[in-house]
Amino acid sequence: MQNFEYLKPTTIEQAVAVLYREGDQAKPLSGGTDLIVQLREGRRSAKFVLDVKKIPELSQLTLNADGSVVIGAATPCHQIYGNAAIAAALPGLMDSCTLIGGTAIQGRASLGGNLCTASPAGDSIPSLIAHHAVCVIAGTGGWREVPVEAFCTAPGRNCLQRGEMLVSIKLPAMPAHSGGAYLRFIPRNEMDIAVASAGVTVTLDGDTITAARVAIGAVAPTPLLIDVAGAALVGRSIGDQDAIEACVAAAKAAAKPITDMRGTVEQRVHLVGVMVKRALAKAIERAQAKG
Amino acid sequence: MSKKIQVSTTINGEPTDFLCEPNQSLLEVLRDGLNMTGSKEGCNNGNCGACSVLMDGRLVNSCLVLGAECEGAAITTIEGIATKDGLHPLQQKFLEHAALQCGICTPGFIVAAKALLDKNPHPTEHEVRYWLAGNLCRCTGYDKIIRAVLDVAGA
Ligand code: FES
Ligand code: FES
Repeated sequence: MQNFEYLKPTTIEQAVAVLYREGDQAKPLSGGTDLIVQLREGRRSAKFVLDVKKIPELSQLTLNADGSVVIGAATPCHQIYGNAAIAAALPGLMDSCTLIGGTAIQGRASLGGNLCTASPAGDSIPSLIAHHAVCVIAGTGGWREVPVEAFCTAPGRNCLQRGEMLVSIKLPAMPAHSGGAYLRFIPRNEMDIAVASAGVTVTLDGDTITAARVAIGAVAPTPLLIDVAGAALVGRSIGDQDAIEACVAAAKAAAKPITDMRGTVEQRVHLVGVMVKRALAKAIERAQAKG
Repeated sequence: MSKKIQVSTTINGEPTDFLCEPNQSLLEVLRDGLNMTGSKEGCNNGNCGACSVLMDGRLVNSCLVLGAECEGAAITTIEGIATKDGLHPLQQKFLEHAALQCGICTPGFIVAAKALLDKNPHPTEHEVRYWLAGNLCRCTGYDKIIRAVLDVAGA
């Protein structure tokens, strides 16, 4: 592996000062399941690796009294789904956390890492978008917040500027009678990269959908929030097939996939429609089960 | 170029200090620095699980952990699985069920299976298969491995 210096900042101020001074030659390290591989294979270079897990804000996992949740950017997946109250509060995100890699990867991999890696197929991103998640960013110039749907800007790129670091992810409480789900299509049973994926959240009033949010992954340069797909469902009954088809059609129309070794454009557009439909059905089922 | 880092850990219950380069993985430290060659390098990128160890009780791929990250951590490797009195039940059942051929994947499977049984002593077959999905075997096929683990679990 290339040579670098290993630093272990304990405060945000220390970390962003190095990130500012060294620019893209300084890389924050949380679980390392992407970064260490990229450094080893020469796909990224760094003179400084900043292990940020000792910074308390980056390792937090907080369920607030109002039901909102704050997840540190470096908090590993197993800790997130291992917290029963948080798992129940964020069903779509839990689908993602339990299917990123295998057990050993989940022991290390973090949501912050998944976001900063900014893969079009990042499994946590569509469900974070569906859950209205917001990125909390610290920088030498101050703090700012960016909705998750605006965080990734291109494959492998994100909106962080020189001297900025992702600190945590804030998720609002889901309203009563809400549910969420994330589904992806992969050719195997487990442990693969999504060919197409969808994260959906819904809120019900009886049989009527009062709010819906639909996000798709692996079918565009970045995961996408599809406002029109969610809007097609609002005010409609859960059994309204026309509304469901309009939602699916909107998601397929927004998909701009590429053909690669994992799938063709046609297959991915078709699959993303199937994923949206099934994730929606699951989200509705969960909303009803919660009562 | 880079200065070596001194790291204090506990490995298989023994306080162990080592020096490592900032860019050395825990797997390299174990194999090349400490001559503990039980943990294997299959892929060196997090796909195969041959390098599985426990870090503070959590299953991790040691090829994806820097040695420097282990300061203060308790590490369990395959060398720490057997007891003074003999083989761990998992090791015994892997032998009885012939759950290995070349054996490269076996240390990883045993460490991973131990992590599961420590947490969940009576897993279902489904739970065993999903837990071990990050461990790849290219010779034996998975059925014998799963049967060995289930046998230990008393299923
Ligand atoms: S060698 Fe570590 S996962 Fe393959
Ligand atoms: S026994 Fe050879 S890889 Fe599993």
